[in-house]
Amino acid sequence: MSYRIEGATGHWEVVIGLEVHAQILSRAKLFSGAPTAFGAEPNSQVSFVDAGFPGMLPVINRECVAQAVRTGLGLNAEIHLWSRFDRKNYFYADLPQGYQISQYAHPVVGKGSVEIELSDGTTRTIGITRLHLEQDAGKSLHDQHPTKSFIDLNRSGVALMEIVSEPDMRSPEEAGAYLAKLRQIMRYLGTCDGNMDEGSMRADVNVSVRKPGEGFRTRCEVKNVNSIRFVMQAVEAEARRQIELWEQGGTVEQETRLFDTARGVTRSMRSKEDAHDYRYFPDPDLPPLVLDAAWVEELRAALPELPDARRARYMRDFGLSAYDAGVLTAERETAAYFETVAAGRDPKQAANWVMGDLFAALNRTKRDIASSPVAAADLGALLDLMADGTLSGKLAKEVFEAMVDTGRPPAAIVEERGLRQVTDSGAIEAAVDAVLAAHADKVAEYRSGKDKLFGFFVGQVMKAMAGKANPALVNEVLKARLT
Amino acid sequence: MRPTELTIAEGLAALERRELSAAEWAAACLDAVERLNPRLNAFITVTAEQAMAAARASDARRARGEAGPLDGVPLAIKDLFCTEGVPTTAASRILDGFVPPYESTVTAQLKRDGAVFVGKANLDEFAMGSSNLTSAYGGVENPWKRGDAPGVRLVPGGSSGGSAAAVAARLVPGATGTDTGGSIRQPAAFCGIAGIKPTYGRCSRYGIVAFASSLDQAGPFARTVEDCAILLRSMSGHDPKDSTSADRPVPDFRAAVARGVKGLRIGVPREYRAEGMPAEIEALWQQGLAWLRDGGAEIVDVSLPHTRHALPTYYVVAPAEASSNLARYDGVRFGRRVLRQGDDLRAMYEATRAEGFGREVQRRILIGTYVLSAGYYDAYYLKAQKVRALIARDFAEAWTKVDALLTPTAPSAAFAEGEKQDDPVAMYLNDIFTVTANLAGLPGLSVPAGLDAQGLPLGLQVIGRPFDEEGVLAVGGAIERAAGFRAAPEVRA
Repeated sequence: MSYRIEGATGHWEVVIGLEVHAQILSRAKLFSGAPTAFGAEPNSQVSFVDAGFPGMLPVINRECVAQAVRTGLGLNAEIHLWSRFDRKNYFYADLPQGYQISQYAHPVVGKGSVEIELSDGTTRTIGITRLHLEQDAGKSLHDQHPTKSFIDLNRSGVALMEIVSEPDMRSPEEAGAYLAKLRQIMRYLGTCDGNMDEGSMRADVNVSVRKPGEGFRTRCEVKNVNSIRFVMQAVEAEARRQIELWEQGGTVEQETRLFDTARGVTRSMRSKEDAHDYRYFPDPDLPPLVLDAAWVEELRAALPELPDARRARYMRDFGLSAYDAGVLTAERETAAYFETVAAGRDPKQAANWVMGDLFAALNRTKRDIASSPVAAADLGALLDLMADGTLSGKLAKEVFEAMVDTGRPPAAIVEERGLRQVTDSGAIEAAVDAVLAAHADKVAEYRSGKDKLFGFFVGQVMKAMAGKANPALVNEVLKARLT
Repeated sequence: MRPTELTIAEGLAALERRELSAAEWAAACLDAVERLNPRLNAFITVTAEQAMAAARASDARRARGEAGPLDGVPLAIKDLFCTEGVPTTAASRILDGFVPPYESTVTAQLKRDGAVFVGKANLDEFAMGSSNLTSAYGGVENPWKRGDAPGVRLVPGGSSGGSAAAVAARLVPGATGTDTGGSIRQPAAFCGIAGIKPTYGRCSRYGIVAFASSLDQAGPFARTVEDCAILLRSMSGHDPKDSTSADRPVPDFRAAVARGVKGLRIGVPREYRAEGMPAEIEALWQQGLAWLRDGGAEIVDVSLPHTRHALPTYYVVAPAEASSNLARYDGVRFGRRVLRQGDDLRAMYEATRAEGFGREVQRRILIGTYVLSAGYYDAYYLKAQKVRALIARDFAEAWTKVDALLTPTAPSAAFAEGEKQDDPVAMYLNDIFTVTANLAGLPGLSVPAGLDAQGLPLGLQVIGRPFDEEGVLAVGGAIERAAGFRAAPEVRA
């Protein structure tokens, strides 16, 4: 069902396009050899190129280009073998060169698309307009001193991909799903870590509203929104503002706005008239970026399996539900973990353990799957111990908890704690006989038709054997004795 | 033997024969600088101590048999090249106090080959000018004098005026320059010495304060074509730190100088007959062609039909790039900062750049900002780029008929300080014969070929195919030998 906002004059449709800035995962910056580590001491990751010193020249980092191409391929986009860097000129204290090098007129990646899934189970295709490479600016710190601003150039020159979507989204949910999908794809590709709280990914949100069936109306751009939740909130807040404006007989002016996360409203940042004239022109320090078609094909061939393909495979080959397959493929690390556990084993059982016990343990220990206290191979070994009868399901849970606490492999825990399941029928028979002898009254009741007491006998036997008896054998012996 | 009279080739030979030490040569140069620089103002910074230390180290290397190809040769370095630990000003107040923590590739290569740097040479501010009068450190006096007015101060040309004057006055045997629209060739012509701007991409631009990135090229000055060839070899070569530097082998330029012109076809571009050009220059041009014909070359008339658009094209492209390249001089990280009580960031920018940049630099930043502005970009910058492509095509067409072109270097001999000062366009006309080689990225050499009636030197320009510096040097060498230019300026060591 289409998302509509109810105004005084009827239904309104929201039109959303996103410009996502994604920091490329690379050891060095886009045009200098300086490192890119997050959280380093201010101005400790800065070369003379990044600081805009006289006579310093940019040299393209080939790995950053490869990352952009990989991302373009992951977005089913055309790769432009010829692209070019332009200068975007403006003055700011954290922009050392006085211009940002960006691919304005000729981006390295052209049209593509991503598919998003919505909560009602439907899917939609969102068009990608382009992806281009550009360098980040530094950071201005205005709160360190009463009258001075401090500048940190660690980010200056870091490689960004700007990914521009078509105005194809029609609800906050779609905007959120698109961002989440983009992040998932880039994480799979290893081209961006997608950590929005560290600023590795941020979005400019273009919003307009219209009556269903109309052409586009004027849009506003909400700058630099830094979480998926805030993007969804900003869309709604901005749409409501525009609807109110239109309905009061006003006009939406094209402008740049900021989202006030505390108050949940957007505020004007600058109008179209105040917009910078960036005086774009081709950067004469950099020749056009010319890619070899064979190199692009090498990158394509080396791409990892992407989330959509992997999810389809889990459903097809493992017989998992769409939901389970979606959960297990949400993160590349989770999928890798799951596949290690499932290899050569029952995939459904593996899925249940990963999504059930493991996720619960991760939650409880506040760890992510990459730093899981239980290694995937160990969880697989635990499943093997169940399959060969060494452990009952109940014992397996106990062993698993010990694995979470100690990080040790299941076989070692079974040995140390003597948790091996008892399958010695003599011992079980002895225990069964003792239980039946001690509860002669209950045996009589059972024999007179009170079937439900069977469970009581099982429980008593298991208790007598400290839970280690093989349940199937206990059942078998009990049944034989009680008939 | 007066060391200051030595050419580089002669000096290297004398060093090798142990008739001269690098320390003696450097000391002679420093002595000449000390005596004459107060008058000529050719140097902004003199690095006497470093020069003597470098010269003694050079002598030690030679004694060990480890001398490099330029070992012990004293040079002036245009103060546009960043030199580690030595102030680099670009002749601008805005770089006050700036001491680069890095070395330009070109100067690093000269040092690698053993050169001894005497100091940093004066220039037009940010290399913007044709007279050296835009320098924040004052003008440079041309050591040549008009016969009828020996008291008049003439300009050395620009922008590499300090380098050219220092070589002409025998303060140093060679110098580096940069050439964006003629800044090596025009001052070489005005000062009666040789200077070559190599093909764009031949020398690395890394560490050279940028004026117009797509036009800037480093090159040498010396008193002979052969010396230029010697210096150029050390300055050239691919540099991974400059994405526009050419990855191709550096030939033995020196060997090309004596090659002669037999069998070469030399083009005479008819569009270079500038209106109002002095008859003496026209006559010298014809003389040059006659020398080459005598040397066995064939003279061919060629047409470069877009030539008349070259100067306007240059004065769109160069300021456009400069307006962006000079944005980094903002008072934030290095150089001059003008910050008054209560000023915000914008006021700091405005005050810093208003006080830090001279008028000509400000004029070009404004022109460049204008031609890149929304609504004007297509009419100016984009149009200029198209014309630039047509100019390059004119040359490509010419190379199907000829091996090199011969033209005058400049439309006049050195002019006096004060002349052409009121009208920037009159000043820009100085570049009329030289900007084309920059727009097309071609090698161009100016060689002194004669004197005008006032006794002032005049130069001829040889333009060659891309990366055919050897051909250009061969033609220049032939003219040099035929001209037998021996005149020396009034003011000299």
